[in-house]
Amino acid sequence: MSTDPSSPKARPAVTRFKSPVRIEYEVAAGTVTSRFLDGILEGRLEGRRCPSCEKVYIPPRGSCPTCAVPTSEPVDVGPRGTVTTFSVIRIPFEGQVLTPPYACAHVLLDGADVPLLHIVGECDVDEIRMGMRVETVWADELKPTLESVRYFRPVDEDDVPYDQLREHV
Amino acid sequence: MRPIHIAGFAQLDQVLRDTERDEAEMVQQVTAAALADAGLGRKDVGFTCSGSNDYVMGRAFSFTMAIDGLAAWPPIRESHVEMDGAWALYEAWVRLQHGDVDIALVYSFGKSSLGGVAESLTYSLDPYFLAPLEPGPDVLASLQARRMLDAGLATEADFARAVAQAKAAAVINGQVPDPLDHRVGTSHLPLRAEDGPVRTDGAACVVLRAGGGGPRISGIAHRIDPHQPGARDLATCPSAVLAAEAAGVDIARLDVAEFHAPYSSQVVLLSRVLGLSERTTVNPSGGALAADTPMVAGLVRIGEAAQAIRSGRARHALGHASSGPCLQHNLICALEAE
Repeated sequence: MSTDPSSPKARPAVTRFKSPVRIEYEVAAGTVTSRFLDGILEGRLEGRRCPSCEKVYIPPRGSCPTCAVPTSEPVDVGPRGTVTTFSVIRIPFEGQVLTPPYACAHVLLDGADVPLLHIVGECDVDEIRMGMRVETVWADELKPTLESVRYFRPVDEDDVPYDQLREHV
Repeated sequence: MRPIHIAGFAQLDQVLRDTERDEAEMVQQVTAAALADAGLGRKDVGFTCSGSNDYVMGRAFSFTMAIDGLAAWPPIRESHVEMDGAWALYEAWVRLQHGDVDIALVYSFGKSSLGGVAESLTYSLDPYFLAPLEPGPDVLASLQARRMLDAGLATEADFARAVAQAKAAAVINGQVPDPLDHRVGTSHLPLRAEDGPVRTDGAACVVLRAGGGGPRISGIAHRIDPHQPGARDLATCPSAVLAAEAAGVDIARLDVAEFHAPYSSQVVLLSRVLGLSERTTVNPSGGALAADTPMVAGLVRIGEAAQAIRSGRARHALGHASSGPCLQHNLICALEAE
Protein backbone atom coordinates (compact mmCIF):
# COMPACT_ATOMS: atom_id res chain seq x y z
CA MET A 1 0.00 0.00 0.00
CA SER A 2 1.44 3.36 -1.00
CA THR A 3 1.60 6.27 1.40
CA ASP A 4 0.94 9.87 0.48
CA PRO A 5 4.24 11.60 1.38
CA SER A 6 2.43 14.87 2.06
CA SER A 7 0.31 13.27 4.77
CA PRO A 8 1.44 14.25 8.28
CA LYS A 9 1.11 10.60 9.28
CA ALA A 10 3.75 9.62 6.77
CA ARG A 11 6.51 11.28 8.77
CA PRO A 12 7.45 11.19 12.42
CA ALA A 13 6.45 14.27 14.37
CA VAL A 14 9.06 17.03 14.54
CA THR A 15 10.01 17.24 18.18
CA ARG A 16 13.07 19.44 17.85
CA PHE A 17 15.11 21.33 15.31
CA LYS A 18 18.24 23.39 15.37
CA SER A 19 18.02 27.14 14.85
CA PRO A 20 21.50 28.52 15.42
CA VAL A 21 21.73 32.17 16.39
CA ARG A 22 24.91 34.15 16.02
CA ILE A 23 25.47 37.89 16.07
CA GLU A 24 28.85 39.47 15.48
CA TYR A 25 29.77 42.85 16.89
CA GLU A 26 32.49 45.33 16.13
CA VAL A 27 33.21 47.07 19.40
CA ALA A 28 35.34 50.19 19.77
CA ALA A 29 37.20 50.40 23.09
CA GLY A 30 36.49 54.13 23.39
CA THR A 31 38.85 57.00 24.13
CA VAL A 32 39.42 56.26 27.81
CA THR A 33 39.96 52.50 27.52
CA SER A 34 42.12 52.96 24.40
CA ARG A 35 44.45 55.19 26.36
CA PHE A 36 44.63 52.60 29.16
CA LEU A 37 45.47 49.86 26.63
CA ASP A 38 48.10 52.09 25.01
CA GLY A 39 49.68 52.47 28.46
CA ILE A 40 49.83 48.71 28.87
CA LEU A 41 51.77 48.51 25.58
CA GLU A 42 54.32 50.78 27.27
CA GLY A 43 54.36 48.68 30.46
CA ARG A 44 52.35 51.21 32.44
CA LEU A 45 49.06 50.91 34.33
CA GLU A 46 47.27 54.21 33.89
CA GLY A 47 44.18 55.09 35.89
CA ARG A 48 42.05 58.23 35.89
CA ARG A 49 41.22 60.60 38.72
CA CYS A 50 37.79 62.09 39.38
CA PRO A 51 38.10 65.89 39.71
CA SER A 52 35.32 65.91 42.32
CA CYS A 53 36.02 63.09 44.82
CA GLU A 54 39.66 62.66 43.67
CA LYS A 55 39.38 58.88 43.58
CA VAL A 56 41.62 57.14 41.05
CA TYR A 57 39.98 54.36 39.03
CA ILE A 58 41.84 51.47 37.43
CA PRO A 59 40.90 50.30 34.89
CA PRO A 60 39.99 53.91 34.18
CA ARG A 61 36.40 55.04 33.78
CA GLY A 62 35.30 58.00 31.71
CA SER A 63 32.63 58.93 34.23
CA CYS A 64 33.02 58.83 38.02
CA PRO A 65 30.31 56.44 39.27
CA THR A 66 29.80 58.33 42.54
CA CYS A 67 29.97 61.89 41.21
CA ALA A 68 28.74 61.52 37.59
CA VAL A 69 31.33 63.90 36.22
CA PRO A 70 33.92 63.13 33.54
CA THR A 71 37.19 61.89 34.99
CA SER A 72 39.92 64.23 33.86
CA GLU A 73 43.44 63.45 35.00
CA PRO A 74 45.41 60.37 33.90
CA VAL A 75 47.43 58.90 36.78
CA ASP A 76 50.03 56.13 36.65
CA VAL A 77 49.45 53.60 39.44
CA GLY A 78 51.47 50.65 40.78
CA PRO A 79 53.63 48.79 40.00
CA ARG A 80 53.27 47.65 43.62
CA GLY A 81 50.03 47.04 45.40
CA THR A 82 48.21 45.24 48.20
CA VAL A 83 45.98 42.16 48.14
CA THR A 84 42.69 43.28 49.66
CA THR A 85 40.88 39.97 49.22
CA PHE A 86 41.38 36.75 47.29
CA SER A 87 39.94 33.38 46.39
CA VAL A 88 41.81 30.14 45.66
CA ILE A 89 40.46 28.13 42.73
CA ARG A 90 41.03 24.42 43.34
CA ILE A 91 38.34 22.98 41.08
CA PRO A 92 38.81 22.38 37.34
CA PHE A 93 36.09 23.64 34.98
CA GLU A 94 35.47 23.69 31.25
CA GLY A 95 37.45 26.36 29.44
CA GLN A 96 39.83 26.89 32.35
CA VAL A 97 43.03 28.60 31.23
CA LEU A 98 45.15 28.22 34.36
CA THR A 99 45.97 25.01 36.21
CA PRO A 100 44.45 24.73 39.70
CA PRO A 101 45.20 25.54 42.38
CA TYR A 102 45.63 29.24 41.64
CA ALA A 103 44.52 32.45 43.30
CA CYS A 104 42.37 35.30 42.02
CA ALA A 105 42.87 38.45 44.05
CA HIS A 106 41.77 42.03 44.31
CA VAL A 107 44.97 44.06 44.11
CA LEU A 108 44.81 47.67 45.29
CA LEU A 109 47.60 49.24 43.27
CA ASP A 110 49.58 52.02 44.97
CA GLY A 111 47.97 55.31 43.95
CA ALA A 112 44.62 53.74 43.03
CA ASP A 113 41.36 53.85 45.00
CA VAL A 114 39.70 50.76 43.56
CA PRO A 115 41.22 47.27 43.46
CA LEU A 116 41.99 45.46 40.22
CA LEU A 117 40.93 41.83 39.81
CA HIS A 118 43.88 39.71 38.74
CA ILE A 119 45.89 36.66 39.82
CA VAL A 120 48.75 36.14 42.25
CA GLY A 121 51.71 34.04 41.17
CA GLU A 122 55.17 32.88 42.26
CA CYS A 123 53.91 31.83 45.67
CA ASP A 124 52.10 28.94 47.29
CA VAL A 125 48.36 29.67 47.31
CA ASP A 126 48.27 28.85 51.04
CA GLU A 127 50.62 31.77 51.71
CA ILE A 128 48.38 34.41 50.13
CA ARG A 129 46.69 36.63 52.69
CA MET A 130 44.77 39.87 52.94
CA GLY A 131 47.16 42.81 53.27
CA MET A 132 50.01 41.03 51.45
CA ARG A 133 52.19 43.34 49.34
CA VAL A 134 52.68 42.39 45.68
CA GLU A 135 54.18 43.78 42.49
CA THR A 136 53.35 43.67 38.79
CA VAL A 137 54.99 40.98 36.64
CA TRP A 138 54.64 41.75 32.94
CA ALA A 139 54.36 39.20 30.17
CA ASP A 140 57.31 38.91 27.75
CA GLU A 141 55.21 40.34 24.94
CA LEU A 142 52.92 43.29 25.70
CA LYS A 143 49.53 43.30 24.00
CA PRO A 144 46.59 45.69 24.46
CA THR A 145 44.98 43.53 27.15
CA LEU A 146 45.21 43.06 30.91
CA GLU A 147 46.66 39.63 30.17
CA SER A 148 49.89 41.54 29.53
CA VAL A 149 50.15 41.57 33.29
CA ARG A 150 51.16 37.96 33.82
CA TYR A 151 50.33 38.12 37.53
CA PHE A 152 51.21 39.90 40.75
CA ARG A 153 53.94 38.34 42.91
CA PRO A 154 54.75 38.85 46.59
CA VAL A 155 57.39 41.39 47.60
CA ASP A 156 59.33 41.48 50.85
CA GLU A 157 57.39 44.20 52.64
CA ASP A 158 55.32 44.24 55.81
CA ASP A 159 51.62 43.44 55.36
CA VAL A 160 49.18 46.35 55.31
CA PRO A 161 46.94 46.32 58.41
CA TYR A 162 43.29 45.45 57.83
CA ASP A 163 42.08 48.84 59.07
CA GLN A 164 43.77 50.51 56.10
CA LEU A 165 42.03 48.13 53.68
CA ARG A 166 38.59 48.10 55.26
CA GLU A 167 37.14 50.50 52.67
CA HIS A 168 38.29 48.31 49.78
CA VAL A 169 37.11 44.88 50.94
CA MET B 1 -4.41 61.61 36.82
CA ARG B 2 -1.56 63.61 38.27
CA PRO B 3 -0.38 66.16 35.67
CA ILE B 4 3.13 65.31 34.50
CA HIS B 5 5.22 67.72 32.48
CA ILE B 6 8.32 67.38 30.33
CA ALA B 7 10.69 69.63 32.24
CA GLY B 8 13.85 68.92 30.28
CA PHE B 9 15.14 67.14 27.20
CA ALA B 10 18.55 66.45 25.71
CA GLN B 11 20.00 64.19 23.07
CA LEU B 12 23.55 63.50 22.06
CA ASP B 13 24.19 64.21 18.40
CA GLN B 14 23.08 61.04 16.66
CA VAL B 15 26.10 59.95 14.64
CA LEU B 16 26.88 57.09 12.29
CA ARG B 17 29.59 55.73 14.57
CA ASP B 18 30.59 56.83 18.06
CA THR B 19 33.96 55.23 18.79
CA GLU B 20 34.80 57.56 21.68
CA ARG B 21 32.22 57.02 24.40
CA ASP B 22 31.08 53.98 26.34
CA GLU B 23 27.63 53.58 27.90
CA ALA B 24 28.49 55.40 31.11
CA GLU B 25 30.02 58.36 29.31
CA MET B 26 27.02 58.71 26.99
CA VAL B 27 24.64 58.51 29.93
CA GLN B 28 26.64 60.94 32.06
CA GLN B 29 26.67 63.53 29.29
CA VAL B 30 23.07 63.24 28.19
CA THR B 31 21.58 63.14 31.70
CA ALA B 32 23.67 66.13 32.80
CA ALA B 33 22.45 68.07 29.75
CA ALA B 34 18.77 67.22 30.33
CA LEU B 35 18.93 68.09 34.03
CA ALA B 36 20.60 71.41 33.14
CA ASP B 37 17.82 72.01 30.61
CA ALA B 38 15.28 71.42 33.39
CA GLY B 39 17.22 73.57 35.87
CA LEU B 40 17.49 70.61 38.24
CA GLY B 41 20.28 68.68 39.94
CA ARG B 42 20.86 64.95 40.38
CA LYS B 43 19.72 65.10 44.03
CA ASP B 44 16.31 66.36 42.90
CA VAL B 45 15.56 63.14 41.00
CA GLY B 46 13.19 60.77 42.81
CA PHE B 47 13.03 58.00 40.24
CA THR B 48 15.28 56.99 37.35
CA CYS B 49 14.31 54.69 34.50
CA SER B 50 16.34 53.63 31.46
CA GLY B 51 15.86 51.84 28.17
CA SER B 52 18.52 49.84 26.37
CA ASN B 53 19.09 46.42 24.87
CA ASP B 54 21.90 43.96 25.53
CA TYR B 55 21.61 42.43 22.05
CA VAL B 56 22.20 45.86 20.55
CA MET B 57 25.13 46.67 22.83
CA GLY B 58 26.61 43.18 22.49
CA ARG B 59 27.18 42.52 26.16
CA ALA B 60 25.24 41.26 29.13
CA PHE B 61 23.86 43.77 31.63
CA SER B 62 25.03 46.75 29.60
CA PHE B 63 22.47 48.89 31.44
CA THR B 64 24.27 48.29 34.74
CA MET B 65 27.47 49.75 33.25
CA ALA B 66 25.47 52.83 32.26
CA ILE B 67 24.54 53.52 35.88
CA ASP B 68 28.14 54.67 36.35
CA GLY B 69 26.98 57.83 34.59
CA LEU B 70 24.34 58.65 37.19
CA ALA B 71 26.03 59.18 40.58
CA ALA B 72 24.05 56.24 41.94
CA TRP B 73 25.71 56.31 45.35
CA PRO B 74 24.12 56.40 47.88
CA PRO B 75 21.74 54.05 46.04
CA ILE B 76 18.98 55.61 43.96
CA ARG B 77 15.49 54.35 43.05
CA GLU B 78 16.11 53.00 39.60
CA SER B 79 14.50 50.73 37.04
CA HIS B 80 15.13 49.56 33.50
CA VAL B 81 13.24 48.34 30.47
CA GLU B 82 14.83 46.23 27.76
CA MET B 83 13.06 48.46 25.24
CA ASP B 84 13.16 51.90 23.72
CA GLY B 85 13.41 54.73 26.24
CA ALA B 86 9.83 55.73 25.38
CA TRP B 87 8.71 52.74 27.44
CA ALA B 88 11.01 53.82 30.25
CA LEU B 89 9.23 57.17 30.09
CA TYR B 90 5.90 55.34 30.35
CA GLU B 91 7.11 53.50 33.46
CA ALA B 92 8.39 56.74 34.98
CA TRP B 93 5.03 58.42 34.24
CA VAL B 94 3.26 55.58 36.06
CA ARG B 95 5.74 55.86 38.93
CA LEU B 96 5.05 59.58 39.29
CA GLN B 97 1.33 58.79 39.51
CA HIS B 98 2.08 57.10 42.87
CA GLY B 99 2.44 60.61 44.25
CA ASP B 100 5.43 60.15 46.56
CA VAL B 101 8.10 61.43 44.16
CA ASP B 102 7.82 64.41 41.84
CA ILE B 103 10.77 64.23 39.45
CA ALA B 104 11.84 61.36 37.21
CA LEU B 105 14.89 61.00 34.99
CA VAL B 106 14.39 58.91 31.85
CA TYR B 107 17.20 58.03 29.49
CA SER B 108 18.20 55.53 26.84
CA PHE B 109 21.23 54.76 24.74
CA GLY B 110 22.17 52.56 21.81
CA LYS B 111 24.71 51.98 19.08
CA SER B 112 23.86 50.73 15.63
CA SER B 113 27.51 50.78 14.66
CA LEU B 114 28.32 47.69 16.73
CA GLY B 115 26.47 45.75 14.06
CA GLY B 116 23.87 43.78 16.02
CA VAL B 117 20.67 45.67 15.20
CA ALA B 118 19.33 43.90 12.12
CA GLU B 119 20.23 40.47 13.48
CA SER B 120 18.68 41.06 16.88
CA LEU B 121 15.48 42.31 15.25
CA THR B 122 15.47 39.18 13.10
CA TYR B 123 16.05 36.80 16.00
CA SER B 124 13.27 38.41 17.99
CA LEU B 125 10.78 37.12 15.41
CA ASP B 126 8.98 33.89 16.18
CA PRO B 127 11.64 31.19 16.39
CA TYR B 128 9.74 28.42 14.53
CA PHE B 129 8.48 29.86 11.28
CA LEU B 130 9.94 33.29 10.70
CA ALA B 131 13.32 33.75 12.39
CA PRO B 132 14.90 30.74 10.59
CA LEU B 133 14.07 32.48 7.27
CA GLU B 134 16.02 35.54 8.45
CA PRO B 135 13.89 38.08 6.64
CA GLY B 136 15.37 41.09 8.44
CA PRO B 137 13.62 44.38 9.14
CA ASP B 138 14.13 45.80 5.62
CA VAL B 139 12.43 42.83 3.97
CA LEU B 140 9.49 42.82 6.37
CA ALA B 141 8.99 46.56 5.86
CA SER B 142 9.02 45.97 2.11
CA LEU B 143 6.33 43.30 2.44
CA GLN B 144 4.26 45.84 4.33
CA ALA B 145 4.89 48.52 1.68
CA ARG B 146 3.92 46.07 -1.07
CA ARG B 147 0.66 45.30 0.72
CA MET B 148 -0.09 49.05 0.99
CA LEU B 149 0.54 49.53 -2.74
CA ASP B 150 -1.51 46.49 -3.73
CA ALA B 151 -4.39 47.65 -1.57
CA GLY B 152 -4.31 51.03 -3.29
CA LEU B 153 -3.68 52.80 0.03
CA ALA B 154 -0.43 54.49 -1.01
CA THR B 155 1.77 55.10 -4.02
CA GLU B 156 5.52 54.99 -4.41
CA ALA B 157 5.33 58.76 -4.83
CA ASP B 158 3.93 58.94 -1.27
CA PHE B 159 6.95 57.03 -0.02
CA ALA B 160 9.31 59.28 -1.97
CA ARG B 161 7.69 62.39 -0.50
CA ALA B 162 8.25 61.03 3.02
CA VAL B 163 11.92 60.44 2.19
CA ALA B 164 12.34 63.92 0.73
CA GLN B 165 10.66 65.50 3.74
CA ALA B 166 12.90 63.56 6.14
CA LYS B 167 16.04 64.58 4.27
CA ALA B 168 15.05 68.24 4.22
CA ALA B 169 14.25 68.11 7.93
CA ALA B 170 17.54 66.34 8.70
CA VAL B 171 19.51 69.23 7.23
CA ILE B 172 17.72 71.67 9.54
CA ASN B 173 17.89 69.36 12.58
CA GLY B 174 21.65 69.50 12.98
CA GLN B 175 21.75 66.63 15.52
CA VAL B 176 21.38 63.86 12.94
CA PRO B 177 23.72 62.87 10.10
CA ASP B 178 23.74 64.98 6.96
CA PRO B 179 21.67 63.06 4.38
CA LEU B 180 24.52 63.41 1.89
CA ASP B 181 27.04 62.03 4.32
CA HIS B 182 26.01 58.43 4.79
CA ARG B 183 25.94 55.32 2.72
CA VAL B 184 22.62 53.64 2.09
CA GLY B 185 21.85 49.95 2.39
CA THR B 186 20.21 47.51 0.04
CA SER B 187 16.95 47.99 -1.82
CA HIS B 188 14.17 45.49 -1.30
CA LEU B 189 11.54 46.67 -3.77
CA PRO B 190 9.13 48.32 -3.59
CA LEU B 191 11.21 50.06 -0.94
CA ARG B 192 14.50 51.54 -2.03
CA ALA B 193 17.49 51.80 0.22
CA GLU B 194 16.73 55.43 1.02
CA ASP B 195 13.25 54.46 2.20
CA GLY B 196 14.88 52.92 5.26
CA PRO B 197 16.41 54.50 8.34
CA VAL B 198 19.86 55.99 8.78
CA ARG B 199 21.05 53.75 11.63
CA THR B 200 22.91 55.77 14.23
CA ASP B 201 24.54 55.80 17.67
CA GLY B 202 23.31 58.06 20.42
CA ALA B 203 21.49 58.70 23.67
CA ALA B 204 18.57 60.79 24.86
CA CYS B 205 17.16 61.93 28.17
CA VAL B 206 13.84 63.37 29.31
CA VAL B 207 13.16 64.86 32.74
CA LEU B 208 9.56 64.40 33.92
CA ARG B 209 8.10 66.53 36.66
CA ALA B 210 4.75 66.62 38.45
CA GLY B 211 3.69 70.23 38.03
CA GLY B 212 6.16 72.99 37.33
CA GLY B 213 5.12 73.92 33.79
CA GLY B 214 6.33 72.88 30.37
CA PRO B 215 4.59 70.57 27.90
CA ARG B 216 2.04 68.46 29.75
CA ILE B 217 1.48 64.76 29.05
CA SER B 218 -2.27 64.73 28.40
CA GLY B 219 -2.28 60.98 27.74
CA ILE B 220 0.02 58.05 27.11
CA ALA B 221 -0.85 54.55 25.91
CA HIS B 222 0.76 51.44 24.44
CA ARG B 223 -1.08 48.88 22.30
CA ILE B 224 0.23 45.77 20.54
CA ASP B 225 -0.67 43.91 17.35
CA PRO B 226 0.02 40.16 16.96
CA HIS B 227 3.69 39.23 16.93
CA GLN B 228 3.32 37.24 13.71
CA PRO B 229 3.26 39.76 10.83
CA GLY B 230 1.07 37.36 8.82
CA ALA B 231 -1.66 37.54 11.47
CA ARG B 232 -2.90 40.97 10.38
CA ASP B 233 -3.43 43.02 7.27
CA LEU B 234 -0.11 44.86 7.14
CA ALA B 235 -1.77 47.79 5.38
CA THR B 236 -3.49 48.52 8.69
CA CYS B 237 -2.13 49.29 12.12
CA PRO B 238 -4.93 48.74 14.65
CA SER B 239 -2.68 49.09 17.68
CA ALA B 240 -1.58 52.59 16.64
CA VAL B 241 -5.19 53.68 16.27
CA LEU B 242 -6.11 52.17 19.65
CA ALA B 243 -3.07 53.77 21.33
CA ALA B 244 -3.99 57.21 19.92
CA GLU B 245 -7.56 56.82 21.17
CA ALA B 246 -6.44 55.63 24.59
CA ALA B 247 -3.98 58.52 24.85
CA GLY B 248 -6.83 60.92 24.05
CA VAL B 249 -5.18 62.40 20.96
CA ASP B 250 -7.42 65.01 19.33
CA ILE B 251 -6.40 64.62 15.69
CA ALA B 252 -8.33 67.72 14.61
CA ARG B 253 -6.17 69.90 16.86
CA LEU B 254 -2.86 68.10 16.40
CA ASP B 255 -0.08 70.44 15.24
CA VAL B 256 2.91 68.10 15.23
CA ALA B 257 3.29 64.31 15.06
CA GLU B 258 6.70 62.77 15.64
CA PHE B 259 6.54 59.17 14.43
CA HIS B 260 9.11 56.51 15.22
CA ALA B 261 8.51 54.96 11.81
CA PRO B 262 11.84 53.70 10.46
CA TYR B 263 10.57 53.30 6.88
CA SER B 264 8.96 55.90 4.64
CA SER B 265 6.02 53.56 4.02
CA GLN B 266 5.40 53.41 7.76
CA VAL B 267 5.32 57.21 8.02
CA VAL B 268 2.67 57.16 5.29
CA LEU B 269 0.79 54.33 7.00
CA LEU B 270 0.65 55.99 10.42
CA SER B 271 -0.44 59.34 8.95
CA ARG B 272 -3.18 57.54 7.08
CA VAL B 273 -4.55 55.26 9.81
CA LEU B 274 -4.59 58.12 12.33
CA GLY B 275 -6.40 60.33 9.81
CA LEU B 276 -3.95 63.24 9.94
CA SER B 277 -4.91 66.35 7.99
CA GLU B 278 -2.83 69.07 6.40
CA ARG B 279 -2.85 70.83 9.76
CA THR B 280 -0.42 68.35 11.27
CA THR B 281 3.28 68.64 10.53
CA VAL B 282 4.77 65.15 10.47
CA ASN B 283 8.32 64.57 11.73
CA PRO B 284 9.72 68.11 11.70
CA SER B 285 12.88 66.58 13.21
CA GLY B 286 13.29 64.18 10.28
CA GLY B 287 11.95 61.28 12.33
CA ALA B 288 13.49 57.85 12.49
CA LEU B 289 14.27 58.00 8.76
CA ALA B 290 16.87 60.68 9.50
CA ALA B 291 18.35 58.90 12.52
CA ASP B 292 17.23 55.60 14.00
CA THR B 293 19.29 55.01 17.11
CA PRO B 294 18.18 51.70 18.62
CA MET B 295 16.31 52.12 21.92
CA VAL B 296 16.63 55.89 21.59
CA ALA B 297 14.66 56.97 18.51
CA GLY B 298 11.28 56.60 20.25
CA LEU B 299 12.28 58.64 23.28
CA VAL B 300 13.71 61.27 20.93
CA ARG B 301 10.31 61.49 19.22
CA ILE B 302 8.65 62.38 22.53
CA GLY B 303 11.44 64.86 23.26
CA GLU B 304 11.15 66.45 19.83
CA ALA B 305 7.35 66.70 20.19
CA ALA B 306 7.93 68.48 23.50
CA GLN B 307 10.46 70.81 21.84
CA ALA B 308 7.85 71.71 19.21
CA ILE B 309 5.59 72.87 22.03
CA ARG B 310 8.33 74.61 24.00
CA SER B 311 9.39 76.56 20.90
CA GLY B 312 5.81 77.68 20.26
CA ARG B 313 5.57 75.80 16.96
CA ALA B 314 2.80 73.61 18.34
CA ARG B 315 0.14 73.61 21.04
CA HIS B 316 -0.76 69.96 20.60
CA ALA B 317 1.80 67.34 19.62
CA LEU B 318 2.32 63.62 19.86
CA GLY B 319 5.44 61.53 20.25
CA HIS B 320 5.22 57.97 18.98
CA ALA B 321 7.43 54.96 19.56
CA SER B 322 7.32 51.58 17.88
CA SER B 323 8.81 48.16 18.37
CA GLY B 324 8.59 44.75 16.75
CA PRO B 325 8.15 43.92 13.04
CA CYS B 326 6.05 46.22 10.83
CA LEU B 327 4.96 48.58 13.62
CA GLN B 328 3.76 45.78 15.88
CA HIS B 329 3.99 47.84 19.07
CA ASN B 330 2.80 51.42 19.16
CA LEU B 331 3.18 53.81 22.07
CA ILE B 332 1.67 57.27 21.79
CA CYS B 333 2.40 60.12 24.16
CA ALA B 334 0.05 63.08 23.71
CA LEU B 335 1.45 66.45 24.75
CA GLU B 336 -0.15 69.85 25.08
CA ALA B 337 1.02 73.34 25.89
CA GLU B 338 0.27 74.57 29.40
